[in-house]
Amino acid sequence: MGILKEQDISVGAELIDPHEVKQELLRKVPAKVARKRAKQIVVNEVHPSEDMPEIGANTRTIPGIITQRGCTYAGCKGVILGPTRDIVNITHGPIGCGFYSWLTRRNQTRTNGPEDENFMTYCFSTDMQEEDIVFGGEKKLRAAIQEAYDLFKPKAISIFATCPVGLIGDDVHAVAREMKEQLGINVFGFSCEGYKGVSQSAGHHIANNGIFTHVVGLNDKIKEGKYKINLLGEYNIGGDAFEIDRVLDECGITVVSTFSGNSTYDQFANAHMADLNTIMCHRSINYVAEMMETKYGIPWIKINFIGAEAAAKSLRKIAKYFEDPELIERVEAVIAREMPEVINVRDEVRKRCEGKVAMLFVGGSRAHHYQELFAEIGMKTISAGYEFAHRDDYEGRNVIPSLKVDADSRNIEELEVHPDPERFRPRKTAEEVERLQEKGFRFKDYDGMMREMLSGTLVIDDISQYETERLIEIYKPDIFCAGIKEKFAVQKKGIPMKQLHSYDSGGPYAGFKGAVNFYREIDRMVNSQIWKYLQAPWQESPELTAKYACD
Amino acid sequence: MRKVAIYGKGGIGKSTTTQNTVAGLSEMGRKVMVVGCDPKADSTRLLLGGLSQKTVLDTLRAEGEDVDLEDIRKVGFNGTICVESGGPEPGVGCAGRGIITSINLLEQLGAYAESEKLDYAFYDVLGDVVCGGFAMPIREGKAKEIYIVVSGEMMAMYAANNICKGIVKFAEAGGVRLGGLICNSRKVDNEQEMIEAFAQQLGTHMIHFVPRDNVVQKAEINRKTVIEFDPANSQADEYRTLAKKIEENKMHVVPNPMSTDDLEKLLIKHGLAD
Repeated sequence: MGILKEQDISVGAELIDPHEVKQELLRKVPAKVARKRAKQIVVNEVHPSEDMPEIGANTRTIPGIITQRGCTYAGCKGVILGPTRDIVNITHGPIGCGFYSWLTRRNQTRTNGPEDENFMTYCFSTDMQEEDIVFGGEKKLRAAIQEAYDLFKPKAISIFATCPVGLIGDDVHAVAREMKEQLGINVFGFSCEGYKGVSQSAGHHIANNGIFTHVVGLNDKIKEGKYKINLLGEYNIGGDAFEIDRVLDECGITVVSTFSGNSTYDQFANAHMADLNTIMCHRSINYVAEMMETKYGIPWIKINFIGAEAAAKSLRKIAKYFEDPELIERVEAVIAREMPEVINVRDEVRKRCEGKVAMLFVGGSRAHHYQELFAEIGMKTISAGYEFAHRDDYEGRNVIPSLKVDADSRNIEELEVHPDPERFRPRKTAEEVERLQEKGFRFKDYDGMMREMLSGTLVIDDISQYETERLIEIYKPDIFCAGIKEKFAVQKKGIPMKQLHSYDSGGPYAGFKGAVNFYREIDRMVNSQIWKYLQAPWQESPELTAKYACD
Repeated sequence: MRKVAIYGKGGIGKSTTTQNTVAGLSEMGRKVMVVGCDPKADSTRLLLGGLSQKTVLDTLRAEGEDVDLEDIRKVGFNGTICVESGGPEPGVGCAGRGIITSINLLEQLGAYAESEKLDYAFYDVLGDVVCGGFAMPIREGKAKEIYIVVSGEMMAMYAANNICKGIVKFAEAGGVRLGGLICNSRKVDNEQEMIEAFAQQLGTHMIHFVPRDNVVQKAEINRKTVIEFDPANSQADEYRTLAKKIEENKMHVVPNPMSTDDLEKLLIKHGLAD
């Protein structure tokens, strides 16, 4: 049974032993697969002063288990660079790669006026044909860059390599260099072939490296503002970044750049002028934060704007970093102004949601962050896991020194970064850092998802379709959160399903107004009984008959 | 129709041997099609009297989907039908994929159809079987019968042994078989004996020993096979013999590739045992 009484997970009156569930999930698979999956399915145990149980993560997916994962190209182009509006992102590959990575995450953007460029409504691809595979596609890529330039005159063009490009050896970087010289604008490529790495996580790393190498640091303009931060790992799904920007603006905090929700090329180029990097999604963006700290002297902290309490805590943390009583006061005033509406809706919704249970299997930080929102309306997360996160996202950053560098990770370039001779400027002196730390302030802090989950909950990395279905049958959760590929299979089981990549058609869910939206949405989903009333045809009569419409 | 593929190390003389053999078969009244599977598109030069062939892939590129068989086939010496697959320039694109595309197109266009009344289709494939594309002629039963051109030089034998590994792989799935080794002599010591021993180890036979003769060079410079250039030359008879032996060959085996150690031992025993 669970470690502590209050943490025992029950369905109705029946207690469920998570260790037995784990065995049940492993029972049907071959021994070798079971051995590997056993490392990726962990019964959580939290002891405040001890390390978390070790989980297998960022390892190769077992073929055939039906994974949630995406590819390296999707991580690089779709996730990190996709939300930037004024870079022409050209997919060098067959048309499907470009099309299916285009706006599927509902990443929104908002220009500052009609003169502002926005290319997000276009999908650019070289549309490789068999002929280009056989004879090489560089010529076509060059022509595509030229065409995009002639039509749009963008500030920058980026190129994304897909699988076939890697196989036939088209050199996207050489073409980028050549066209950069020829056109006089920034042109850069990403070797983000889909097959690299074990998941989209490799693509995030490649994107971080590319943006850092080719864009960050190019624009030394000093942006006005007293408290200047970058918001890293925020992708403006359903307008999240709009809400966060609104709150930060009210606090008088200036966002120099967002990586990469609602972002622009100039923001990236100017990012090194901020005084603090705040990280939302640790998995996808910590690389660029680390590199900016080394090169420019900008410290980074982990924050989270998902959940009203978490948002308030994050604002206070930012204020504390700047050590300015004026900012601290203003942040408190904003929180005090925002919270009554949040509490109002939360308490109303909580009456109907208290005690209900959720499962979250999504992303590299989303499965963690949204647990806050569920907790605010009294819902328990009984099982959660990431698609593509690494051990540090589960167990906390203290495991980083012990992470094994395997062949798959070695395949991704690790940049060697040194302090910039002109631009390196430590934002805090060693004494200031020490003083802050003495007061309990933590830099580079991410304790991972598991420490904030209850003992006895099941943490599952890279969950399979079979495991998903068994979990649902065993625990009968009130809501299941994942992505589009899982959506309909979950709904067929009669369980409400919320997409946390795209938010279905909802959002924003970040910040204070976002929290209110989320409470209402979850209330609607878990308390409407719609799925229980629906009878699928096969439930009434398992055998279907049909006839041809014509003879 | 017999579908024959000729493999062997680069520069071993596959194209020359293939075209001379095909010329020999044509003299015997056989209707033969040669499909060159090398991006350089020089596998039918001697039969056509020069490099005038428009390749399948170039035609496909120029004409789009509207390609006729007549656009890509040319008639060469003694009624032989010549096709060049073609491909990208060196270091670009994917030549292997090009061969797959090309052979699929030939099939679609009916180049192998009954109505063509072919006795033989010969595939002349570049170098080693470096990737899936170059294995295309022996995949899915496209070619059933393979001859490896080899000499007594060590690297040529290594390559031949490697090709045998490829044949084993496709023998299970596609039913392809090794017909024998053709020794294209480089005047290495004990060459014939060594290749015979090598063939025996592989479970096949050396189907013919083609001696080295300068007339082959002379014929090539004149863009002709020896059979066309100097029909009375004894070298022409060697190719005629090879053609006849292939025609009559009944020995089709799944080879038994050697380990590198065994292969080296064999080389030492026969080649360096002075």
